[in-house]
Amino acid sequence: MEQFVTLTVNGVILGSVFAAFALTLVLIFRATRIINFGQGAMAMFSGFLALRTIEATGSWWLGLLVAIVSGFVIGALVERVIVRPVESGPEINAVIVTLGVFVGFVALAGILFGNQFRGFPGAFSLQGFDLVAITPNDLFKLGAVVVALLVLVVLFQLTSLGLQMRAAAFGQEVARLLGVRVSNMLTLGWALAGAFGALAGVLIASGSPISPNYMDAVVVFGFVAAVLGGLDSFVGAVVGGLVLGLTSTYVSGYVSSALPTLAALAILVVVLLVRPGGLFSSSVARKV
Amino acid sequence: MTTPDGTTAATDESTDDAKQPGAATGLTLPGSEKKGVWRFVPEKTLPRHLLLVLLAFVGVVLLVESVSDFRVSQLATMAYYVPAVAGLTLLTGINGQISLGHGALMAVGAYTTALMLERYEGVPFTLVLVVAVVVTSLVGVLVGAAASRLHGPYLAGATLAFAVGLPGLAIYFEHTLGGEEGLRVRNLPEAPGLVQDAFFFITGNDLTAGKYRAYLAWFFALLVLFLLSNLVRSRYGRMWRAVRDDEVAAELAGIDLGRARILAFVVSAACAGVAGALLAVITRLVAPTSFTIVLSIFLLVAIVVGGLGSLTGAVLGSALLVFFIPFVTDRAVGLGLSQVQAANAAPLIFGLFLVVIMLAAPQGVVGTIRLRHLTRKAEKAMRAAQAR
Repeated sequence: MEQFVTLTVNGVILGSVFAAFALTLVLIFRATRIINFGQGAMAMFSGFLALRTIEATGSWWLGLLVAIVSGFVIGALVERVIVRPVESGPEINAVIVTLGVFVGFVALAGILFGNQFRGFPGAFSLQGFDLVAITPNDLFKLGAVVVALLVLVVLFQLTSLGLQMRAAAFGQEVARLLGVRVSNMLTLGWALAGAFGALAGVLIASGSPISPNYMDAVVVFGFVAAVLGGLDSFVGAVVGGLVLGLTSTYVSGYVSSALPTLAALAILVVVLLVRPGGLFSSSVARKV
Repeated sequence: MTTPDGTTAATDESTDDAKQPGAATGLTLPGSEKKGVWRFVPEKTLPRHLLLVLLAFVGVVLLVESVSDFRVSQLATMAYYVPAVAGLTLLTGINGQISLGHGALMAVGAYTTALMLERYEGVPFTLVLVVAVVVTSLVGVLVGAAASRLHGPYLAGATLAFAVGLPGLAIYFEHTLGGEEGLRVRNLPEAPGLVQDAFFFITGNDLTAGKYRAYLAWFFALLVLFLLSNLVRSRYGRMWRAVRDDEVAAELAGIDLGRARILAFVVSAACAGVAGALLAVITRLVAPTSFTIVLSIFLLVAIVVGGLGSLTGAVLGSALLVFFIPFVTDRAVGLGLSQVQAANAAPLIFGLFLVVIMLAAPQGVVGTIRLRHLTRKAEKAMRAAQAR
């Protein structure tokens, strides 16, 4: 029973970070109908920039700020320079380009920061409380994701900018006629996703060793979570992230730590075969 | 020359001259009459491919006999990339399905081979290879059945999960599959006495174990190329291309989309199985670290650089993987990077390749050359027609 509680608590915390990462994929998919397989590598790069900043200045919070700002800039640059030309082309070209981004950033990080594992300090203490197996650092992760979600909700539902972004995602032609600068909105979508991804990257790294490949598995979990939620629903991505987080900790706790990704694959296959639109899809019968 | 629905398909450039428009109207297109050595190349697809493959094998023998042991091992490495890249070319270039799971499918073939060789000493290698292909194809049926309902990014994501997840099985079944350490491949195939004698008789050199495995690998790699090159020119090839180019039109023409996709996936998986089996006997070690997602992406780099849908491009792409990586790594060390840093230089350039080629020349090397050649031919024909 005690193990179950521990695993559940850890699953929710891991799931919240997966949810944040899945949200970045949803943001990008809504803006440009592309799944960015390079998202994890971009977040990893921001994570390493944060680590460098922390090592240089000693301030964890400055590191987080650097990561988020760099994520925003990288996201915008990648969209403008690399992705824009393939946005209207065949789907397969866009997939290949984002895979190029994936390999490129991992290799660049290997050259700049080395391939060996390096410790990433936690924001708060990594010592657990007496009663439950949860650390202040874990609580901070959960809190950070919740705050980030609230910011996103406020941005999208209560501001004019959010309205414009929703309009651009809903119908580009109509939005353009109504005076929305659609092209800028697409870039902004990628930039926001970059910033969010960087946050998720820092939260995953926080308190554990990292190497240029530390986000590879997270890409899989985030992708499955996003597909579970239907790829264009924010709520769906959050629920999907939690499901994946719990699955991941249960499988590694009760079966083997070698199998969570295979479990994610099983979930993905079942979802795609039974409900191709995802559990929370808002669009009708899109052919997958 | 009929598609499964019974209608006459547009003739490929490879088909018999009798069917070409020029022959029908009694008008020869300028540039289509054969010159020089091309007169000796058979017009029928099957004998022409057979001739090409035989020439290629002779070329491989000459090459292997004249280079250093290190180069021989590189050529052997290329031999196991060729079937995998060619299979992926068929799937992605000709059928339009993307797969990031081919590295994992190679792992299935490699582990099957390692286990077979360990358990059943003295079984002919061909039989081991066949079993590896069958097992990989069965896995391919499973993945392909799921994949046939997906497209583009969904398929990429699902196969990505497959590639990242599958090595976990090797760790979970540590007892049989060797865990992180992997399996050492025992009882490697050895040259029969007769082959050794014949080899010595012809070349005057001893057939070392390493060379024999290189020849064995190239034999099967070229066999795969031969089979695939005929397959893509057959009704199945046209069916797959039709599905790639326009799903609705293909379905209206009576093609079962799901079946066509699964078939392409299984054929492609079988090729990956061959590649895995060859990898096992050439590297003599199968471990999860050999089959990471990086391998799958490198295979994708090979087909994209060579040219989506071209088997010649697949061979060029395999050569790129084998010879370009050490070349770049050496240059990077020369520029003052440490060994560890330099190992990342080639992946960095590959990433740039994927992006730049997709933006600038989506047809890859072979496709771009072929397009230029065809354009020039068309221009020449037009000028000739105007002059008349």
